[in-house]
Amino acid sequence: MTEQMDAGLVAEQIAATPGALSEPADGQEMGRGRRRKEDPKLLTGQTNWTDNITLPGLLHMAVLRSPMAHAKVLSVDVSAALEVPGVIAAYSGADLADVMGATLPCAWPVTPDMVSPPHTPLAVDTVRYVGDGVAVVVARDRYTAADALEAIAVEYEQLPAVVDMEEALKEGSPLVHESAGTNRTFLFDFPGAGADYAETVAAAGDDAVVVKRRFVQQRLLPTPMEPRAVVVAPIAAADDYTVYSATQIPHILRVMLALTTGIPEHKIRVIAPDVGGGFGCKLNVYAEEVLCLVVAKKLGRPVKWTESRSEHYQATVHGRDQVQDIEIAARKDGTLLGLKVELLADMGAYLQLVTPGVPILGAFMFPAIYKMAAYHFTCTGVFTTKTPTDAYRGAGRPEATFAIERIMDELAHELGRDPMELRKQNWIRHEEFPYDMVAGLTYDSGNYEAATAKAEEMFDLDGLRREQAERRARKDPVQLGIGISTFTEMCGLAPSRVLGSLSYGAGGWEAAQIRMLPTGKVEVTSGATPHGQGHHTAWSQIVADALGVPFEDVEVTTGDTDSSPKGMDTYGSRSLVVGGVAIHKATGKVLEKAKRIAAHLLEANEADVEFDKGAFSVKGSPEASMTIQEVALATFAAHNLPDGMEPTLDSDYVYDPENFSYPHGTHLCAVEIDTETGFTTIRKYVCVDDIGKIVNPVIVEGQVHGGLAQGIAQALYEEAVYDDDGNLTTGTLVDYLVPAAPDLPHFETGRTETPATSNPLGVKGVGEAGTIASTPAVMNAVVDALRPFGVRDVRMPATPERVWRAIHGSDAERAAAGTIAYGGASTSTTAATQEQM
Amino acid sequence: MIPAEFDYLAPDTVADAVAALAADEDAKVLAGGQSLIPVLRLRLSYPTQLVDLRKVQELRGVRDDGDALVIGAMTRHSDVVADPLVQQHAALVAAATATVADPAVRHRGTFGGALAHADPAGDLAAVALALDAELVAEGPGGRRSIAAADFFQDYLQTALSPDELLVEVRIPKLEGTWSVHYEKFNRVAQAWAIVGVATAVRREGGSIAEARVGLTNMGSTPVRATAVEAALRGVPAEAGAIAEAAQHAAEGTTPPDDLGGKADYRQHLARVLTRRAVATAAGV
Repeated sequence: MTEQMDAGLVAEQIAATPGALSEPADGQEMGRGRRRKEDPKLLTGQTNWTDNITLPGLLHMAVLRSPMAHAKVLSVDVSAALEVPGVIAAYSGADLADVMGATLPCAWPVTPDMVSPPHTPLAVDTVRYVGDGVAVVVARDRYTAADALEAIAVEYEQLPAVVDMEEALKEGSPLVHESAGTNRTFLFDFPGAGADYAETVAAAGDDAVVVKRRFVQQRLLPTPMEPRAVVVAPIAAADDYTVYSATQIPHILRVMLALTTGIPEHKIRVIAPDVGGGFGCKLNVYAEEVLCLVVAKKLGRPVKWTESRSEHYQATVHGRDQVQDIEIAARKDGTLLGLKVELLADMGAYLQLVTPGVPILGAFMFPAIYKMAAYHFTCTGVFTTKTPTDAYRGAGRPEATFAIERIMDELAHELGRDPMELRKQNWIRHEEFPYDMVAGLTYDSGNYEAATAKAEEMFDLDGLRREQAERRARKDPVQLGIGISTFTEMCGLAPSRVLGSLSYGAGGWEAAQIRMLPTGKVEVTSGATPHGQGHHTAWSQIVADALGVPFEDVEVTTGDTDSSPKGMDTYGSRSLVVGGVAIHKATGKVLEKAKRIAAHLLEANEADVEFDKGAFSVKGSPEASMTIQEVALATFAAHNLPDGMEPTLDSDYVYDPENFSYPHGTHLCAVEIDTETGFTTIRKYVCVDDIGKIVNPVIVEGQVHGGLAQGIAQALYEEAVYDDDGNLTTGTLVDYLVPAAPDLPHFETGRTETPATSNPLGVKGVGEAGTIASTPAVMNAVVDALRPFGVRDVRMPATPERVWRAIHGSDAERAAAGTIAYGGASTSTTAATQEQM
Repeated sequence: MIPAEFDYLAPDTVADAVAALAADEDAKVLAGGQSLIPVLRLRLSYPTQLVDLRKVQELRGVRDDGDALVIGAMTRHSDVVADPLVQQHAALVAAATATVADPAVRHRGTFGGALAHADPAGDLAAVALALDAELVAEGPGGRRSIAAADFFQDYLQTALSPDELLVEVRIPKLEGTWSVHYEKFNRVAQAWAIVGVATAVRREGGSIAEARVGLTNMGSTPVRATAVEAALRGVPAEAGAIAEAAQHAAEGTTPPDDLGGKADYRQHLARVLTRRAVATAAGV
């Protein structure tokens, strides 16, 4: 690229985005396509990534990682590493045992009897996945640290790898945690809020049609642009520690570092500087954060650790990895009766911060938008000798949404019904909201009819169905498939009481502070911690509307436990729905105080003072008015305030949501499959998302595009593969295929707007919608294209080879791959004949 | 990137580069770095010295040498693709090079570096083979020319000795009316080919007079699909005849069996893609 990448060019490109410069007619900021405040800095290299931080006397830490999936550590000898010039220290797990804490935290014991074995930041006697830390070296520079790792001698005694979940649960399987006596982490049983599933199906007798499927959610590797990095700066004399980390959760990290290491919480300051993406993988408390802290404390010097991409793929949590046995029951007329779901969820070797909770979040989403009488969910967590799994964009909801949307298509096929018609027959109609779901949630609002109608119109569904019929009739080597996903999801984690009822270790509130400065400018701090989303822009828009100040006059600060001390951080599409609402509520408190002061200064009754577009005026005497900036200055001078009123104009609000929010939408995908090679090309992708009220359409569009790319990636491209010995064979970006712009279609996006009724802004959240919705839309299209070949499923990702074998393989091969028929558990039949099978 | 320590030398001339290689048997040549740097990053190799060719001007550029086109080993992929001589006399080289990885790689990676690395999944080796390219090496004893068929010896193994440098590649101009096509099959645009087919076809009237077919990633070296070439000689330039000839594409191949695809699938792809490549080149 030869052009100068300057702010002007960037601005032009953003301006060229369709709808970007939309301007609400009422002059409000809400709904305005603002260019992001964050971008000039990000795009011109003036970013403060953790790895950019350098401090006087900074030392560099490197971690020696296990090359084996499972082994006893017989000895670790760091003496040769200490001889390498430039090396300051080297420690084995045993060397740090008394300071690194007994275990990294898992905050979500999903059952009272969950097996939660200790997870030390460095392995002491056993390694349990390739990448498990064994020792650290601290050196004057990063190169020396890496060299010195090679001088550490470790004696291992290999133990059998545990790779497959079903094998892991068998009697006599090698145990990942010997002391636990089992590889079963937990069995979570949730009978739903409705009728008993088996009784419901039995009561329908011959009228019941049951379809069973096994879907596999392959393991995925989160790939943020910025890998993880940590810097810990101690002030030894004060026993104070500043921890910089590329994390989504500085506030939670601070609490957890204190609990893990015993260093008092008030002595730890955590800063998440600019963070380059997370997708859930930086929603964690990692060994390296603890290790940098305890090593910096030991040495009294600042310590940095930055992972490479290859290290990231081993040492940072993975996503998904579930086996889903799902059974849906309906009457012959298509009316749904119920759903039964049995999950196996791969925890990996240890329980990270919310590892066990991820599949449990999905428990509430399997029934999706459909009315049914009965629902039963069980999930078995399983230990394996692989990198731990944890949250990854959508966290439990994409898996659930995939399963229900895929099986709705399978049920439609079984019943000989159009898959869209079957959905329409069973979804909640817009006039039925609020609706109490069989999974126990209450959906506050939605309009599935409207989103679907708009999507169908944009997609030309009828035209594509005609073309599909023609291609089938002439046996065209390129077949067309059409996939539907009428999804919903839950955002805005979460009402603290609900989290408590699910045994999660913390609340779901969010904090905001507003400070009006003497000159009328506004400082905002938020506990929601961005890692690329655009919080600073969106919060500025919310504040500008509420206080009637210019957008440019608002400065937002996040990610530092000193300056924004309270927070629950950013994940689960919660920032706007919880953190944004907290901002809005905090402005309310500012206005309340400002109004009292304005009334006092204008010598009017408070009841007669009105606020509009940044100015207070007295009803009936329009000449008596003052701006909010004037009020702010008056509170600073504090010469003439009402009796007893505190000077300064600021507020502090902690918002705990009353309900989740439920974005929804209709995604339609058309794929072309080259039946000779198996290659799938997305020909058309239309999505209409209903995310309630929109603060900034440019940010929304970006979230939707990125989300779609990530969901499509699961359907067609990405898969973490382990060999039988527990080695990650897709450990670099050469083998782990992340799609880029040339691989993705043009996205045709649209929106409907059904405001959430559970929060005053009417917002719902959009961070994960695209990811959640798109995977089943694509896979339904792939299977739809292949129906003429008898195919009823293709394992994800639907690689060309898998698709080709689904078409051309022998029947035995196709059955083994699950593409044409299933063994025992997965059949399609009526309940009556099922009894005889 | 945190590689192990190495010495670094950036000579100005081929002679100095060759001398440096001769003096240190554990030295490695750094051309565009698109293969070597990842290897160093993963510490799969511990060279004592990198001999960086970026300053050696005589290794850059394309020249017309009568019956052959000569491409300097350090000519960047992006320059190869844009070169008018290459487009005119070695269109197959341009077509295949345009598919290499992504723009960033094409602006760093070099024609000679890709060939000397000899990855059978690389796009250019099959092209060099199909076009009967001559690879010119310079060592302490002077220059020698190695036919592409002899150059690629095994997976990442070439006929170059450790003290030899690939300096240029002579690509014979195709005489007569040739048309070319490179058919690449990969899962994402920037990935290595699962299978690639490089073809050049000379038509005479309604027939295929002569065809060249080179296969990417169908063995430990690039493969010349000689059975297809023989089967195409003199057949009508029609879909049926081409399809029949393409059925021979997998003969004698031993493709890898890995995450990118099982061997039988790759052999199937070779047949399908050969048919498509020849048909496209022949304008059918």
